[in-house]
Amino acid sequence: MEALRRTSLHPRHAQAGARFGGFAGWEMPLHYGSPREEHMAVRRAAGLFDVSHMGQLEVSGPDARAFLAHALTNDITAVGPGQGQYTLMLDDDGGVVDDLIAYALLDRFLLVVNAANVAACAARLQALALGREVQVADRTHEVAMLALQGPGWEAALRPLVATPAPLTLEYFEVTEDAVAGVPALVARTGYTGEPGVEMLVPWSQAPRVWDALTRGADGATPAGLVARDTLRTEMGYPLYGQELTAERTPVEAGLRWACDLERARFAGAPRLVAQVAEGTPERLCAFVLEEPGIPRPGQAVLAGGSAAGVVTSGTLSPVLEAGIGMAYVRADLAAPDTAIAIDVRGKHKRARVARRPLVDTSPRKG
Amino acid sequence: MSEAGYPTDLRYHREHDWVRVEGEEAVFGITWYAQDALGEVVYFDAPAVGDALTADASYAELESVKAVSDVIAPVGGEVLEVNDEVVGSPELVNQDPYGRGWLVRVRLADPAQVDTLMDHAAYEAYLSGLAG
Repeated sequence: MEALRRTSLHPRHAQAGARFGGFAGWEMPLHYGSPREEHMAVRRAAGLFDVSHMGQLEVSGPDARAFLAHALTNDITAVGPGQGQYTLMLDDDGGVVDDLIAYALLDRFLLVVNAANVAACAARLQALALGREVQVADRTHEVAMLALQGPGWEAALRPLVATPAPLTLEYFEVTEDAVAGVPALVARTGYTGEPGVEMLVPWSQAPRVWDALTRGADGATPAGLVARDTLRTEMGYPLYGQELTAERTPVEAGLRWACDLERARFAGAPRLVAQVAEGTPERLCAFVLEEPGIPRPGQAVLAGGSAAGVVTSGTLSPVLEAGIGMAYVRADLAAPDTAIAIDVRGKHKRARVARRPLVDTSPRKG
Repeated sequence: MSEAGYPTDLRYHREHDWVRVEGEEAVFGITWYAQDALGEVVYFDAPAVGDALTADASYAELESVKAVSDVIAPVGGEVLEVNDEVVGSPELVNQDPYGRGWLVRVRLADPAQVDTLMDHAAYEAYLSGLAG
């Protein structure tokens, strides 16, 4: 087995008492003692995540925009320099290769992809790029990435930026600036439902940014991948490998809004167009348990006593103090307020389909 | 979080459960090692009062955010009391595994079974064997 790779922040995590775990070939901090406290720090103040394991693929060349309009589902032609967009990459059958954020910079595009999918995304892009004037470069090992998330993000970041530009970004905008004297690409994005930024900095200089952002009264709380997962589950955000796989399309996953089906010029589009016309047998939904217990991926969803779907994510919501999750269910059961049950190791727990997000953070989004 | 340690007045099971014998009765819990391996406990699926527990068999579940762990009965007995404080605040298992984080009180089926368990020195030697 290959040794796990480490980010440049690994010594910082160890110093902070992190419990590490393997994730997509990387040794990453799972938590620093209490995932619940890290979760609540992000909801109430600010948390700082090391997400340097995520992949960065750079796409450049005269054909880059037209190429990405074919390679990605969302309408990249609507995205100007300084903007980002949530989008997906599909295989020819419409199955999900990855979900990602595409940032348009002045002279190139930057795709931030899931750690587990860097090679698959690069290979897919290379295959689609044949005969086009585009270059695809993997920058994963040159770029570290930090996510500063929570209502206190601005107070933590303000003393450290070179210009006010990162503080006034609109949701999904991106700018080049400096944080703690380190050149940084700062984007108003995240995976927690809270306001905040994600910062891309040179690999070796990430510790300096980490130290500056975790220092002082307004400093952020280090948060690990467990909290990142409970936060995104409360929001009903899909995760590749759980909700998103090659066996599922964005239509089944409720991500039609991220697919330009009007022009339908992206690879994999025909299947999606057909699914929209004909409907799909199953749909992704979020749910909340109505009795104590914690649902887990792989458990069966029941309706009227018989199997009606499968849980893809499940955890205990620190905010709701209830079991929550996501599941693919029979399409007629996917509407909010539908009564279902989850088979939690033989115990049938009452649950209710719920609108996403499961936790309302909109007043803070700003 | 609590400090690592294994009190001298307890007996230990190889599945990382402890027993405090009090006459014909005993209190069960999980060891510091077990709670550390599990991480922050967020849910205790407790047995019912009156349940008969069999030595070496699962009688409850403790869950962290990411994992479910069966809790093994170190010896047999009948459940007399469940620690409702842990049902309401499962993190007590991490904070005070030998005190407020106890799980159940039982009437021992056969007090002689306790002799099959490890004392603290044997358990600590067993743990260092696992680490090596």
